[in-house]
Amino acid sequence: MTTFDKDDSSVIVVIGTGAGGGTLCNELAQKGIRVVGLEAGAQQSMNSYVNDEWKSFGQLAWLDKRTTSGSWRVAKDFAGLPAWICKTVGGTTTHWAGASLRLKDYEFRAKTEYGDIDGANLLDWPITLSELEPYYSRAEYKMGVTRTHGIPGLPGNNNFKIMYEGAKKLGYRNCHTGRMSVNSRARQGRTKCLQLGFCFQGCKTGAKWSTLYTEIPAAEATGNFELRTQSHVSRIEHDSSGKVNAVVYFDADGNEQRQQARAVCVAGNSIETPRLLQMSDSSLYPDGLANSSGQVGRNYMRHMTGSVFAAFEDPVHFYRGTTMAGIITDEARNDTRRGFVGGYELETLALGLPFMAAFINPGSWGEEFGYFMDNYTRLAGMWLVGEDMPRESNRITLNTDETDQYGMPVPNVHYDDHDNDIAMRNHAYQQGEQVYEAAGAVRTIRTPPFPSTHNLGTCRMSEDRSKGVCNGWGQTHDVSNLFISDGSQFTTGGAENPTLTIVTLAIRQADYIARQMLTDAL
Amino acid sequence: MNKNIFKLQEANDLLADIRSSIPLTRREFLQGSAVLTGTLALGTSLAMVSPSRVWAAQMSVLDDKQARMLLRLTQVIFPHKDMPEAINALAVKDLDKSAEDKAIAESFREGLAALDANASGDWLGASADEQLKAVESITDTGLFAAVKGQCITSLYDNELAYKHFGYEGESFSKGGYLQRGFNDLSWLPDPPYVASPAPR
Repeated sequence: MTTFDKDDSSVIVVIGTGAGGGTLCNELAQKGIRVVGLEAGAQQSMNSYVNDEWKSFGQLAWLDKRTTSGSWRVAKDFAGLPAWICKTVGGTTTHWAGASLRLKDYEFRAKTEYGDIDGANLLDWPITLSELEPYYSRAEYKMGVTRTHGIPGLPGNNNFKIMYEGAKKLGYRNCHTGRMSVNSRARQGRTKCLQLGFCFQGCKTGAKWSTLYTEIPAAEATGNFELRTQSHVSRIEHDSSGKVNAVVYFDADGNEQRQQARAVCVAGNSIETPRLLQMSDSSLYPDGLANSSGQVGRNYMRHMTGSVFAAFEDPVHFYRGTTMAGIITDEARNDTRRGFVGGYELETLALGLPFMAAFINPGSWGEEFGYFMDNYTRLAGMWLVGEDMPRESNRITLNTDETDQYGMPVPNVHYDDHDNDIAMRNHAYQQGEQVYEAAGAVRTIRTPPFPSTHNLGTCRMSEDRSKGVCNGWGQTHDVSNLFISDGSQFTTGGAENPTLTIVTLAIRQADYIARQMLTDAL
Repeated sequence: MNKNIFKLQEANDLLADIRSSIPLTRREFLQGSAVLTGTLALGTSLAMVSPSRVWAAQMSVLDDKQARMLLRLTQVIFPHKDMPEAINALAVKDLDKSAEDKAIAESFREGLAALDANASGDWLGASADEQLKAVESITDTGLFAAVKGQCITSLYDNELAYKHFGYEGESFSKGGYLQRGFNDLSWLPDPPYVASPAPR
């Protein structure tokens, strides 16, 4: 395995190995660029993943201390767990469901399309769909997205059959088993999906795309990449000119290490990324790195989410098979006659018995809870995911009253639902219920949002440097050799699951970094 | 309270504890304190897979009345049709363990006393309606929060519960569900090929 000297200032340091970081490491290494990847979590594998919800959660989830505030229900139900994301090699591509949707053209122009919305900090992206399309295509090929590049769709499971029947009866026209980064047939050395039903627990067959067993080994095979696991970054340093030049981290033994760098790419997911920039304050950057706009940590988005579960007379066994291979896309459009701007998707979702108990309606008890658990084998379920409004006051800040295992301030995640989010959620609940009622549901339940899996926007792209943190390449406005390489870049959230776009932006960013290096701009 | 269910180190310990308490063996009668006992009903899914229909759960801190009240409390808070009491006993055993902390034990005593006080001095002997009413009057107590929080993992994250509720659990070692019913629902028409291609 390749190793680089910690004093080697020619390497690019990538922080995080998930959808953004893991992809970027490989894309850079393939071009002959030397990369050190720092991953806070430990290495797991298809073999070590477990088909057990709580055990897997303990193995993969990011459980470092975090705090919450704001009026969102997650702060009440899961005060110490605002986000359900991962601390392991491969990041949250271990846990993701595989739904791989392109953002829509209008979603890149949210401010123009939606107009001024009170209490929202909308902005158009500095890039367009047409600029991204060739990169989307590359990402879809890399990830093996079904219904693209001639790859067939997945076979629908029982949960999908119910969604399809309800959608058809309700008059929806676009319902299918989705565009999924889950193999419908063997491809590129990975098996087809065996319908385990444990997509969220790390795919034990590798049918679901994860950087863990695709991008990262491919990067290692180039000889240009060194992965350092259990390396928890605490600070990014800069030289007197203001350019970043080193990354400080705690290794597996808790010892502080310092890796010099030619450039630094931050991909720690949208809570850790702005936290790290804020913790890297200095006399030159008193408000944190790349924060002259004051926007670092702000505009935190987490998608409008919610779920509908429904009980039927007859058996369903919805936990069998690919968790999210089912989608209705008819509501993913901007049609203000519905009482809100932006759109949402309805996607199949199933939980195992332990997580059903934990999430169906956190904190609830009594007859309703008992009824849905008693009918566990007769349940169908769907997740509702739509565009939420960016708000300056929804933000990640350093909570100096609490420290983590390294003595660093923990991140506080503040979120208040915007009225638009609430109107959209209520509409989605109602449509979801109608889908199931049309398919013959006996009883339905509205499940509140889970801890956030789609964390976005806290270092957003902007044309105007006073309104965001980075440009259309993810390069920070203030520091030319510092890049944002994860979902934090998103100017707005769109309605779609974000991973495909994160991977797409990483491929494109790698091309940009390579060009900058050729011209010695970097 | 709900934070507790996300303290995974604890949840994992808890799992180990639940598993170690199954099967419930005779050696558990050897110690002092309360013992909850019962018999699995013939013909139920649990009875068919259990080595013995008789079960027992040894307490280390709780006395007999406390243990029986807590068992009933888990049933009132999370009512289920025909759920074997052996599963509730797993939750009581976990509550017993948490009551090794004296402050928690005291909050249990206070909460259980409040239940009795709200049911003419004998909550266990009261009707189901009266029992529920008394529970509704103690929802702001530490006892209620502790029992509700504990039950989310103790009642639903164990093999007995999997069997009872019909959840099949781990599937990798069985080759997943590709050949075992992932699309066996037959009471609705199959979606067209374009929406849901056949398995390959």
